[in-house]
Amino acid sequence: MRGICLYLHIHQPWRFRAYSIFDVGNSDNYFLDGNYHSKQNNERIFRKVAEKSYLPTFTLLEKNLKRHEGFKFSLSVTGVWLEQAELWMPELIERLKKMVKTGRVELVAETYYHSMSFFYDREEFEEQVRKQITTFERIFNVTPKVFRNTELAYNDEVGATVEKLGFNACLAEGWDKVLGWRSPNFVYQAAGTKNLKLLLKNYRLSDDIAFRFSNKEWKDWPLTVEKYETWLGGACLDGNVINLFIDFETFGEHQWAETGIFEFMDRLIESWLAKFDNKFLTVSEEAASPPVGELSYPWTVTWADTERDLSAWMGNKLQDEAMRELYALKKEILKAASVGKDKNLLEDFRRLTTSDHAYYMCTKYWNDGDVHAYFSAYDSPYDAFMYFQNILRSLQYRLGL
Amino acid sequence: MKILMLGWELPPHNSGGLGVACLNLSRALAKDGAEIDFVVPYTAEHEEINFMHVLSASKLDPLFRFGAGAYDSDKIEDLIIPDAKIPNAISSDQVSIRQIQKTYCDFVENYLMEFKPDLVHAHDWLTFEAGVLAKKNFGIPLIAHVHATEFDRAGGENGNPLVHEIEREGLLLADKIFAVSNATKHIIHEKYNIPLDKIDVVYNSLDEDFLKQAYSLDERSYKYLESMKKRGYTLISTVGRFTVQKGLTHFLHAAARALRKNNKLLFLFAGDGEEKDELVNLAAELGIAKNVIFTGFVRGKQLRDVYELSDIFVMSSISEPFGLTALEAAHHGDVLILTKQSGVAEVLKNSFRYDFWDDDKLANEILAIADSKALQETLKSNIKAEYRKISWADVAKTCEKVYNEIVKKAKG
Repeated sequence: MRGICLYLHIHQPWRFRAYSIFDVGNSDNYFLDGNYHSKQNNERIFRKVAEKSYLPTFTLLEKNLKRHEGFKFSLSVTGVWLEQAELWMPELIERLKKMVKTGRVELVAETYYHSMSFFYDREEFEEQVRKQITTFERIFNVTPKVFRNTELAYNDEVGATVEKLGFNACLAEGWDKVLGWRSPNFVYQAAGTKNLKLLLKNYRLSDDIAFRFSNKEWKDWPLTVEKYETWLGGACLDGNVINLFIDFETFGEHQWAETGIFEFMDRLIESWLAKFDNKFLTVSEEAASPPVGELSYPWTVTWADTERDLSAWMGNKLQDEAMRELYALKKEILKAASVGKDKNLLEDFRRLTTSDHAYYMCTKYWNDGDVHAYFSAYDSPYDAFMYFQNILRSLQYRLGL
Repeated sequence: MKILMLGWELPPHNSGGLGVACLNLSRALAKDGAEIDFVVPYTAEHEEINFMHVLSASKLDPLFRFGAGAYDSDKIEDLIIPDAKIPNAISSDQVSIRQIQKTYCDFVENYLMEFKPDLVHAHDWLTFEAGVLAKKNFGIPLIAHVHATEFDRAGGENGNPLVHEIEREGLLLADKIFAVSNATKHIIHEKYNIPLDKIDVVYNSLDEDFLKQAYSLDERSYKYLESMKKRGYTLISTVGRFTVQKGLTHFLHAAARALRKNNKLLFLFAGDGEEKDELVNLAAELGIAKNVIFTGFVRGKQLRDVYELSDIFVMSSISEPFGLTALEAAHHGDVLILTKQSGVAEVLKNSFRYDFWDDDKLANEILAIADSKALQETLKSNIKAEYRKISWADVAKTCEKVYNEIVKKAKG
């Protein structure tokens, strides 16, 4: 058997608006920017991304589910994305439901708020995971069995924790420094767990699509289905399943439609399935196969940047301070929530744990004007920090601290 | 007397104290009977100004002046597009400050073909070339008014040589120089070798509009700060452009020191500028971001609210020719801490003083004031007597005396 496990990730944060010190005490609205055209207007961004990515990619996936019995994929959808979709484009959720109903689309769990809470507050982490599970149960009527942490941030402790939460498998980056001579194209058992399977992203083949596809400087540009299939074939000599873990917005947003990304995927699916013994697998199907060995992640590995670490979220003083102050408020917020005071406090707090907020404060590549700058909703990491601090002041004000 | 004033900005199209000072000085002079034509480099409505003629040297929007940066001499060498003639529709990034100055000079030259003022009063290097032109080509007496030198703007660095050249020529050819403080007078003397007796100190005074307009605190806008004050926090503020000249990094270091002793201090940084990102970052690096609030650019009502709410106002400038904001803060009853390098410190004696580099002293002064109500009250009541000591009417009198002398000399 030669298998592809295609896993896609959908997320949109609740970006906080340019919240000034003059708003503190006057407005508790952090996430809905009255100006539709502002950089932080979530609805505008959501609709823009939907136009360019969600709608055409949904169409592509639906078409292929219909056309090929053997086409399957896995998907994680953050709770905060679902909230925004429910508000502005509920038809997206209806289409997702239909896809899940085919039984060939598997939902992958994570933190509802797409947070790094695992590294700050374990109770909060578990709470957010549980909220995501119940959300899937409510909307899609399925209980997820496989987990992915935000940004694929994984270490042995993450493995042990999510096994306790009842998951069978967890996704991680198949990073060379951890794997050494081993191949990401096999299933491993997570070190320090009884029976948790690790599914490892084949980052070379995933990133050929996600990052390099339209790069004309790349020696292999343009990427054709034929060329890509020979690489997949080569990888299959070294394992049974190739894990293509890709950000959903790759299709249409990172790689625009003009690059031919949609046609490429369309043809790749068809061509792959046309060959004898080739399959698509969902994450649970893959996790059902026996592990070839044990694998330990002594330190945290993510799927981000060339460092594959947490430095884009926890790498500077701005981020440290902002997150430390935020999580320090949790006790008071829970207390206020338990006596029914200010119902929105807890929700506001949790939306602020979304990892994107810290990412906007990342300064490491700021001057390069690269991907960090491209994805920022703010003029600078410092502006993002400033507004975030003001929001923290507002939370304190509401708590009477 | 007919005066041609050469300026770069007037409120509300100003980015700092220069425009405020020019407006108040002109108004006081006009009150005494001076006929003033005031040239600005842009076109905009100045409805509220009826005591003089405001002349526009170009059709540019005032934003161009902001874009070109009245204060940012380092932008001078920004792109110069040979064919851009600064006409009606041109985008700001195509206009350099040098082009605006050229247009400004052309305008003044045309003006002088037609009119013959008794003297020209030019404000800061931006207009000195036009002033020199009037002096050289038309023989009109020139007063060069220095609100800030390039050495001040460069904050201890050397500054832009081209600006130095323009400044030097204006100062050399002027019949008389006005400096906004003794500190500035000595910089002019030491850096440009101008004899001291050619330079008169003409202090600024508080903006008349500031005094006249009814004011009451809008509690809504600073609800949070009010609540913090009620909990016993002391509010320490600074207002201005965030540039190296203002010494704000020293201020932050001092804030961190003070916070180690007393955590009920809140620092309010009101303003904006090229140093903002660095300051936000430094506050986090020092671990005091929680106690440092950045408001962004404030003007008008919000600015006055800042003064009104503050207990302590700090002017941390490495070099501040005058420092109008300190007078405004004093008017609102703030206790002042000023660097010895600020001109306004020459006028306001009932204030704490420190050297801009002395973080330790500043921290001590902040703590002392925060800890002692008695000290606060004494300083507040004493400064009230001081901050209005110099009125714009007095300033005008000083100027008029000089005007008369040099006009007489020119005619004789």
